[in-house]
Amino acid sequence: MLTRRSALMGATAAAAAMAFADRADAAAEPVAKAGALRNLPRHKVELVAPPFAHPHEQATKYGPRIVEFTLTIQEKQVVIDEDGTKFQAMTFNGSMPGPLMIVHEGDYVELTLVNPPSNMMPHNIDFHSATGALGGAALTLVNPGEQAVLRWKATRPGVFVYHCAPEGSMIPWHVVSGMHGAVMVLPRDGLKDAAGRPLRYDRIYYIGEHDLYVPRDENGRFKTYESAAESYPDTLEVMRKLIPSHVVFNGRVGALTGKNALTAKVGETVLIIHSQANRDTRPHLIGGHGDYVWETGKFSNPPQVDLETWFVRGGSAGAALYTFRQPGVYAYVNHNLIEAVELGATAHFKVEGEWDDDLMRQIAPPQPIPAGRLQG
Amino acid sequence: MRHALKIKLAAAAAVAAVAVGPIALGQARLAAPPPQSAVEPRFVLVAPGERPYRAAGEFTREGRPVDAPLVTVRLRGSLAVMQRQVTAGEYAVCVAEGACPATGIASDPARPAVKVSWRDATAYARWLSAKTGRRYRLPTDEEWAFAAGTRWRDDAVAVSDTNDPARRWLARYDAEAAREEIDKEVRPVGAFGVNENGLADIAGNVWEWTDTCFRRVRLDAAGRESVASESFNCGVRVVAGRHRTYMSDFVRDPRSGGCAFGVPPSNLGFRLVRDDEEMPIASRMVAPILRALRADRG
Repeated sequence: MLTRRSALMGATAAAAAMAFADRADAAAEPVAKAGALRNLPRHKVELVAPPFAHPHEQATKYGPRIVEFTLTIQEKQVVIDEDGTKFQAMTFNGSMPGPLMIVHEGDYVELTLVNPPSNMMPHNIDFHSATGALGGAALTLVNPGEQAVLRWKATRPGVFVYHCAPEGSMIPWHVVSGMHGAVMVLPRDGLKDAAGRPLRYDRIYYIGEHDLYVPRDENGRFKTYESAAESYPDTLEVMRKLIPSHVVFNGRVGALTGKNALTAKVGETVLIIHSQANRDTRPHLIGGHGDYVWETGKFSNPPQVDLETWFVRGGSAGAALYTFRQPGVYAYVNHNLIEAVELGATAHFKVEGEWDDDLMRQIAPPQPIPAGRLQG
Repeated sequence: MRHALKIKLAAAAAVAAVAVGPIALGQARLAAPPPQSAVEPRFVLVAPGERPYRAAGEFTREGRPVDAPLVTVRLRGSLAVMQRQVTAGEYAVCVAEGACPATGIASDPARPAVKVSWRDATAYARWLSAKTGRRYRLPTDEEWAFAAGTRWRDDAVAVSDTNDPARRWLARYDAEAAREEIDKEVRPVGAFGVNENGLADIAGNVWEWTDTCFRRVRLDAAGRESVASESFNCGVRVVAGRHRTYMSDFVRDPRSGGCAFGVPPSNLGFRLVRDDEEMPIASRMVAPILRALRADRG
C-alpha cells in the first residue's frame, strides 16, 4: 500500500539519481582539499535565530575564507496567531524564517544540511546567492537520518533568499510551511552610498515575511493536523487559490511586537533585512523612512535614498538602512495595511532618546472645535 | 436557592436606589419589581459604598497626556448585576425573535456570548426589557468597577513627561506589552470563578461592554477640569475587563496590528444591570459621574 509518507519520500529516489556528487568521497572528506582552497582559513559560525544576526564584521581587512554553517531541519508544530492556531511548520534550525547567514564577497560558504531521523520528509536547500545545480538544491536532497555538505562561492554582494526546493508541489508547500531564510554577502569593504562613501550600522535586524495558507473547516475555523503530511492535501487546495490566511513576520502574528518589539536608540543606524521567499511585499516604517534602501537587495547597485515604502519582490530580499531621529514607538509593516493589521504583517520598534521639537511638535492637542468654526 | 434569591432581591429593592454618584437623583421612586420570568437570568445585588476609581478617557494637563485623576466614587443604592455574562443561547433567542443582529460564528449556547458589539448588546437589553417589563441596560464603567470589586485594575501609566510625548508613549507600550496574555477560547460559565460579590467570570477572557462614552478631558495646571474643556465621543465606548480599553460601538472582534499597541481584549461580551427604580435616563448616564468626580476633588 502506498501511504502518504511513502509518496512524499518517493521524491528522494528520483532526486538522488540526479545528484552527481561522489557520495562516498563527500562522506569521507567533506573538507575541500583541492588547489588554493586548501590554504584558506576556516571560520565556523554559530547561527542565531531571527530577528537577530550572528556576530560579524561589516568591512573586513582579511582575505577570503571558508565559512562553515550548519542548518538542522525541524518539522514541528507551532502557533501562528493570538487565537492559538496550530500550524505544521517545516523549518531551518527551528525558526521561521531560518537564520541569517553573513559572509563577505569572495568567501566560500560551506553548509552542512542535517535532516534528523525524527523528521518525516526529504528536504534540500536552494541558495539564490549560489551558482549552479538549482542553487545547490540538486546536491543537497537529504532524507530523514541523512546530512549533506555543500560548498559555494559568494560571488555577488547582496542579501539573497534561500529556501527548500524538493520537487513539484513540494517546493511551494515547503516554502510556505516556513522553509526559507536569507544570506547576506557583504562587500569586503562594507556597504557604501551612491558616491562610494562608507555606510555603517549599529544594529541589524532580520525580518522574514511568510504568507501562510491554513485550511478552514465547514464552520470557518482553522483546522489542525497531526503532522505536516496530514495537512498537505487541504493546504495545497488553499495555496492554489493564492489567498493567504496569514501574512506574518518571523513565524507568527506578534513575533516582533510587545515584549518582542525591536529596539533602537535615537541616533542609532539600523539595517533591516527583509526577505519574502514567495510573494511580493512592500515594507514601510510608520513615522520613519528608508535613508538608504537596496530595494532589490544587491549591494553593487547604488542604494536609493529617502524612501517611504520599498518593494521586495517575492523570491528576494531587500535591505534598508535608517538612522532613528525621534523616540517613540514605530510600526514596521507590510503597507498593504490589510495584510499588516488583519493578517499579521506588523513589527514594532521601541526607540529611546530625546524628543526633537524641531522635527515635530503638537501645537494643540485634540479639543472641541471652537464654536465659531462650526458655523457657516 | 431560587427562593433565597427572590427574598434578597425584594429586600434590596425596598432599601435601594441604584445610582452612581454622591448626589441624589431627583424623581427616583421605588417600583416593585415584577415577578421574575423564565427568560431572566440571575441577578446579584452589589452593596452600596465607596471605592477608588480612575476615570475613563484621555486626560491632558496643560496640553500633555496624563493619567486621569484617581477619585472616590460612591454607589448610593444596591446595584442589581447579572450574576454571569449573557450566554450565546440567550443572545440567540433575541436573534431568533428578530430583535438582535446575528453575529456570525455559532458557539456553544451555554457559554458566554462573544463577538457582540455595543450595538448588539444594547439591542439585547432593549429586547429583554420589552419582554419582561423591567429595565435592563449595560452598566456604566463606574458601576462595572463596583461589580468587579477587587478584580478591577487601575490602568495608570504614571509617566508624564514635560516636553517629550514619546516617554509616556513608551511607558504605556511597555505596560501593555507586560500584560499577561490570555487565549480566546470561550470557557463554560464560571470557569474564571466568582468574585467577592458572587459575580462569575469578571475579568476572565470575555471583556464586557459598558455604557460609558469615550471622554477627552483637559485639566488646567492645578489639575482641575471644566465642563467647557471636555468632549465626548459616544461612538466609542469603554470596554471593561482584565484591562480597560475603548472600542467603536460596532466592533465585534477586537484586533491589534499596524500602529495599534498592546494586547486587545480576547473576546467582547456583556452582562446587564437592572434598574429596580424609575429614573430619567439622562441623569443615570454620564452626568452623575461627572458630579462625582468634581465633588471628590472638592
